[in-house]
Amino acid sequence: MFTRMLRSRWFGPTAGIFIVLLILPLFAPRFYVYILALIYVTSLLAMSLNMVVGHGGMFQFHHAVFYGVGAYAVALMLTKTSMPIWVDFIAGPIVAAIIGLIIGWFCVRLSRLYFGMLQISLGSLIWAIVFRWYSFTGGDDGIHGIPMPSLLSSLNNSYYFILIILVICLIMMYMILKSPFGSTLQAIRDNPQRCEAVGINVRHYQLLGIVVATFFAGVAGVLFVVLEHSVFADLLFWTLSLEIFIMCLLGGWFTFAGPILGAAITVALRTFVGKYTEYWTLILGIMLILVIFFLPEGVMGFFQGLFKPGMKEVAERGK
Amino acid sequence: MGSVGPAELICQLLVGFSRSMILFVVCAGLSFVLGVLRVPNIAHGSLYMIGAFATFSLTKMFAGSVGFWIALIVAPLLVALVSLIAERALFCHLYQREHLMLLLFTFALSLIIGDLVKIVWGAEYRSVSAPALLKGSVSILGASFPRYNLFLILIGPLVAIALWLFTNKTKIGKISRAAAVDREMVGVLGINVSWVFAAAFVIGCYLAGVGGALVAPTVSITLGMDHTLIIEAFLIVIIGGLGNMWGALVGSLIFGVTHSFGVLFWPQFAIVFPYMAVVIVLLLRPKGLLKSVW
Repeated sequence: MFTRMLRSRWFGPTAGIFIVLLILPLFAPRFYVYILALIYVTSLLAMSLNMVVGHGGMFQFHHAVFYGVGAYAVALMLTKTSMPIWVDFIAGPIVAAIIGLIIGWFCVRLSRLYFGMLQISLGSLIWAIVFRWYSFTGGDDGIHGIPMPSLLSSLNNSYYFILIILVICLIMMYMILKSPFGSTLQAIRDNPQRCEAVGINVRHYQLLGIVVATFFAGVAGVLFVVLEHSVFADLLFWTLSLEIFIMCLLGGWFTFAGPILGAAITVALRTFVGKYTEYWTLILGIMLILVIFFLPEGVMGFFQGLFKPGMKEVAERGK
Repeated sequence: MGSVGPAELICQLLVGFSRSMILFVVCAGLSFVLGVLRVPNIAHGSLYMIGAFATFSLTKMFAGSVGFWIALIVAPLLVALVSLIAERALFCHLYQREHLMLLLFTFALSLIIGDLVKIVWGAEYRSVSAPALLKGSVSILGASFPRYNLFLILIGPLVAIALWLFTNKTKIGKISRAAAVDREMVGVLGINVSWVFAAAFVIGCYLAGVGGALVAPTVSITLGMDHTLIIEAFLIVIIGGLGNMWGALVGSLIFGVTHSFGVLFWPQFAIVFPYMAVVIVLLLRPKGLLKSVW
């Protein structure tokens, strides 16, 4: 598996980018370091969604819930308990995966739009509870000033922590998607009936896919807390779920790295366009419409299509 | 909590009904679009928001209580016009695409409309006062009940009957129902399906505008009201059965009444109750309570 990754055409450029990102905080202004870290967190979230939507073909409409649950789990552990710090950090993804297992267990029995709708309703239920349970989750105020271990208190240190976790997660996701499990998931996306016929337990695989993806969403939630030192109920609101969808669309569904690009575009747009005008969502909306009309496979998918005509057919098959 | 008398109980039930009726008007439109076009229209909530803001402006423009009545007629038409432009300029070119793309397109539309509303009306809270005829409250079993809410309870069934007459008794209504079941066949019969879709979309959005105008005197009108509404509307349409108008009515009643009883018994978690009801319904009947047209 590793050797395949090393031999990949993309390995050289990726390693180059990684090294640049590694030395960047030494001279880049604080603000840019923060934005980059935010892009990493968002990328991980978008990649985790793409695992189920782009590669798994499931209508995971309320992915933000798992991100928020991961963030809240670690925030509550850090503020309300005195467990060792690594337990707190592990708790985020674990709780997110457990919630993913419960919600997924109900959802995989349904198809397509009904799947998505049941997930939205279950997710909204969790959001509503978090939003109103002032004594436990802080309600709509959220939790602020979460104590962090001294190692992660400076921005540069959290930047490195986030970057390293992101890279580890990306390698894990890559390996999962290239494994027999990942191939099965993509096969189910392309033709569930045939998969059923050759003896694959479709629901079982889909559920496992959801659990894995929600685990990574939980990791992203933990990283968000590391970066922001706060959580709020908007992390679980459904508009964020659709924003992640947009990131995947902008980057490209059927590519591995597309969501990273989409997340970078969205975060950069919000930060830099948001500086000049408060109407950045207008620009995002217009961009989105342009992408839907002219680049339905996303920016990354479009460029891959230019270099590798075969990719387009793969993308077509997904529909 | 404490002691809850029968008067409060009935009043709260009526409050729930009146809120249900606004939800119903909006959801009937959403359900209609969903049934005919098969598109979950996220921009529906934004059109509802335009309806509410337009009502605010129109009541300002025409002084006195006549302003509200004018707004009730003009604001939905304005919303219908906006939706017609969006449909003919952009949306109609996408019908062949997959569902997810249509969904994301409507989300993009809602982002754009949200910001346009911000540009036109600003980010402040706005309020509309009910017309003189519907101001004040009446006494029901000794508890006072706002007159405007009674008006809402009357308006809901009227809209339901009008929509039922439209879909069952008029030609275009029948065509749109047929297009929902089998669009190819309708096209084969020589009917311009694209315009049927446009008509259905505009009618659905018109209802969103009516809902926006009706809700204006009862809430503070603000940005973000679209996002809270649309998620509720989706859940209502789903628990009722996609594209089924009576389903939208049943769903709205479930949603509104559970919420108002939540307010009565456990105010802090009032918004949790409707979601809980939705989850229970979906777990028992994943495809909705009534028959879906899909």
